[in-house]
Amino acid sequence: MDITDFYDTFFEEAEELLADMERYLLELDVDEPDTEELNAIFRAAHSIKGGAGTFGFDALQKTTHLFENLLDHTRKGELALRRDIVDIFLETKDMLSDQLDAYRNGDEPDQEAFERICQTLQQLALDEIGQDLGGGGSVQQTAKAKPAPEPAPASAPEADMNADDGQRIVTLLNVGEKDRQLLVEELGQLGEVISHQGDEQRYEVLLASSESNDDIEAVMCFIIDADQLQISMAGEAGAPAAVDKAAAATAAPASIAKAVETPEPHEKPVEKSVAKPVGAKPKAKGPESASIRVSVDKVDQIINLVGELIITQSMLDQTVSDMDAVADSALLNGMSLLQRNARDLQESVMSIRMIPMDFVFSRFPRVVRETAGKLGKEIELVTEGESTELDKSLTERIIDPLTHLVRNSLDHGIEMPEERVAAGKPRVGRLTLSAQHQGGNILIEVVDDGAGLNRDRLLAKARENGLPVSDTMSDDDVWQLIFAPGFSTAKVVTDVSGRGVGMDVVKRNIQGMGGHVEIMSKPGEGTRIRIVLPLTLAILDGMSIKVGNEMFILPLTAVLESLQPAKDDLYAMAGDDVVLKVRDEYLPVVAVHEALDVPGAKTKLAESIAVIVQGEGRRYALLVDDLVGQQQVVVKNLETNYRKVPGVSAATILGDGSVALILDITGLHRLSRAKKEVRRSERTYQSLEALSDKELETSS
Amino acid sequence: MNSTNEAALTAAEAHNREFLVFSLGEEEYAVDILKVQEIRGYENVTRIANAPDFIKGVTNLRGVIVPIVDLRIKFHLDKVEYGGQTVVIVVNVEDRVVGIVVDGVSDVMMLTPDQIKPAPEFGVTLSSDFLSGLGSLDDRMLVIVDIDKLLTSDEMALVEQTTE
Repeated sequence: MDITDFYDTFFEEAEELLADMERYLLELDVDEPDTEELNAIFRAAHSIKGGAGTFGFDALQKTTHLFENLLDHTRKGELALRRDIVDIFLETKDMLSDQLDAYRNGDEPDQEAFERICQTLQQLALDEIGQDLGGGGSVQQTAKAKPAPEPAPASAPEADMNADDGQRIVTLLNVGEKDRQLLVEELGQLGEVISHQGDEQRYEVLLASSESNDDIEAVMCFIIDADQLQISMAGEAGAPAAVDKAAAATAAPASIAKAVETPEPHEKPVEKSVAKPVGAKPKAKGPESASIRVSVDKVDQIINLVGELIITQSMLDQTVSDMDAVADSALLNGMSLLQRNARDLQESVMSIRMIPMDFVFSRFPRVVRETAGKLGKEIELVTEGESTELDKSLTERIIDPLTHLVRNSLDHGIEMPEERVAAGKPRVGRLTLSAQHQGGNILIEVVDDGAGLNRDRLLAKARENGLPVSDTMSDDDVWQLIFAPGFSTAKVVTDVSGRGVGMDVVKRNIQGMGGHVEIMSKPGEGTRIRIVLPLTLAILDGMSIKVGNEMFILPLTAVLESLQPAKDDLYAMAGDDVVLKVRDEYLPVVAVHEALDVPGAKTKLAESIAVIVQGEGRRYALLVDDLVGQQQVVVKNLETNYRKVPGVSAATILGDGSVALILDITGLHRLSRAKKEVRRSERTYQSLEALSDKELETSS
Repeated sequence: MNSTNEAALTAAEAHNREFLVFSLGEEEYAVDILKVQEIRGYENVTRIANAPDFIKGVTNLRGVIVPIVDLRIKFHLDKVEYGGQTVVIVVNVEDRVVGIVVDGVSDVMMLTPDQIKPAPEFGVTLSSDFLSGLGSLDDRMLVIVDIDKLLTSDEMALVEQTTE
């Protein structure tokens, strides 16, 4: 076991700590900062510093060191907070994130940025409290060097001073044999292990090390809990202070002279929770032990296995369905129980992957604050439905598109304060982010109370860009124009948005997740952008349909209704296009057997069944032979071993073990159009050929 | 004495490679046995629309969706029949699992390096790029297919080309 094995743990924890730090910083009330929050921020910085020092991440350690000192002053009320100071703190946090990323990728962080942030922090300290924090900017100071003396309370440096180069006794309480060996090895990396002895209950290691006690504790805490560990100075034999079981357990009078967890008496809980998530103070052990970190791969494997189980179960179900209900009642009862249990199991397994939208929303206060600041607008952010749950892979992928939409709303949607007042609206603009479940979908909305979209300007701009538009287009279609590539109606290109790249990417990303975007807008009242996403990509409610002898699955979310088309409602249009009239709406007809070349399908339009489906905001009538039923299917990727198939989004395994393809509605429509194109050109070609043949005949 | 013999033997064995021999019509082909995951019957294949004709479709291999390629169609053989003898060789190629339909699997052969002759430049149907050589075994000739190259090639249309 090598210390690098702990890197990942450190990175993950540090990332969480930084996220917490940001949240607290944003929540901070500048005029009356909450001591608890300040402490939490300080603890986060402190924990990261400890870990960084241990692993030799110099730049990270030094930045956090400076940051921690500043925070310490803030915490003690020596440094009065101001908005710009909070901004600097936030900037520092970003820098720490960057540094962390660099280390994670095995790089060295950007030296220039590092020095700049150090100088900023130094300058801040000089300006505000007239103190030099020491140790900053320069790179010479390595992790092994003495920690810069803490500027603050006199007691702290004293404790640290003793710690340097000194021998100390690291006492492990209730640590098993295996962990003990590991820990001794770890300590060996930090300094020289002079001797180690004891039993499981109490094991003492005499260590000579130049690392600070905090750092030693930080390393140990990756393996054991803080309360299983005591670090004390050797050599201070003159003060055999009574520390719990110390005297009773060993004869060594040198042990536990001064528990170093208390360099600053009132900070005891803080020091103990070194290298653990903020908020995991000893008494708040509950949430920590209530969750475990599991790799996504493992979860996915379980989900796959449960999917297999469900398939096997429905296979059995089909087999027993022909059995006699009386004679085999025990078996049939068992089967229905199995079915229920399997479904419950599947549901609970799926819920493992679900995380609340809070995970996404929590980063927006920052985005809104900064963007609003840059634009000189006043904006209040409201979030609703933070506890709505969404598949983890989707939450990660929704962040970028959502950030883009929010920035866009702030920039183009909400007006400048003066304009708002002139229009009789409250000065402060309001941006609402909300999430809610609707059927198997999640609706995420970005709502602003700004000026709304301008129909005329959109149309004018579209013409300028050479897009096919007409004045009679429906509002919905006009709004969708903003997703066209290279489209921006912003009068000025700003730092925030307006380059016209992005909105099309937003749409593509969302479609890539199996969702779509709707826009509602009223002039003067604002714009509502709604993202509709499936809850999860792993299972899907499907409608099985039959075409010829082949079975296909339609996503149930896309199916609106199905009907038997009356002959009178079918209209042929130029060439071989057909439209179906459904309640005063003409829908393009897509014959599945044509698009997918299914042999033996019903070809007469009036004999088929029309399934009205919706894809990307458009409706189509799909012609199929038969509706088979509804079922939940486990989505299997076709691209793992094969490639993308036009008109097909994925595959699934049916109850009989065979594979059925899940249809992609818009893809299917494109495919059928492409096929018609090909047929048309073939016909022209054929008629041309026929023509030339005739000419040849006549000429000869 | 004995030990030197053994050492010589293992050294020679290290260069010998084992091949799975299969038949396509009258011809005998061979693939590196280390690429082969399993052999199974041809059944339950779901057709994929608008794919080349030699891609028969996809099948469920214990929960994994696997494409099935019929090499007989790909190599333009006259007779393509599906019967009880028709087998699918499931191969592992660059982290992908692909099934290939063949007329039958005959045996596993060990070939020494000097039994493998370079493939002559020929054929439009089967470019010699996809062959690792020709194996000669008494009066039999085995066409040794470089299954990695063949299945990941553009013309097989099995893998999305990254340049797209």
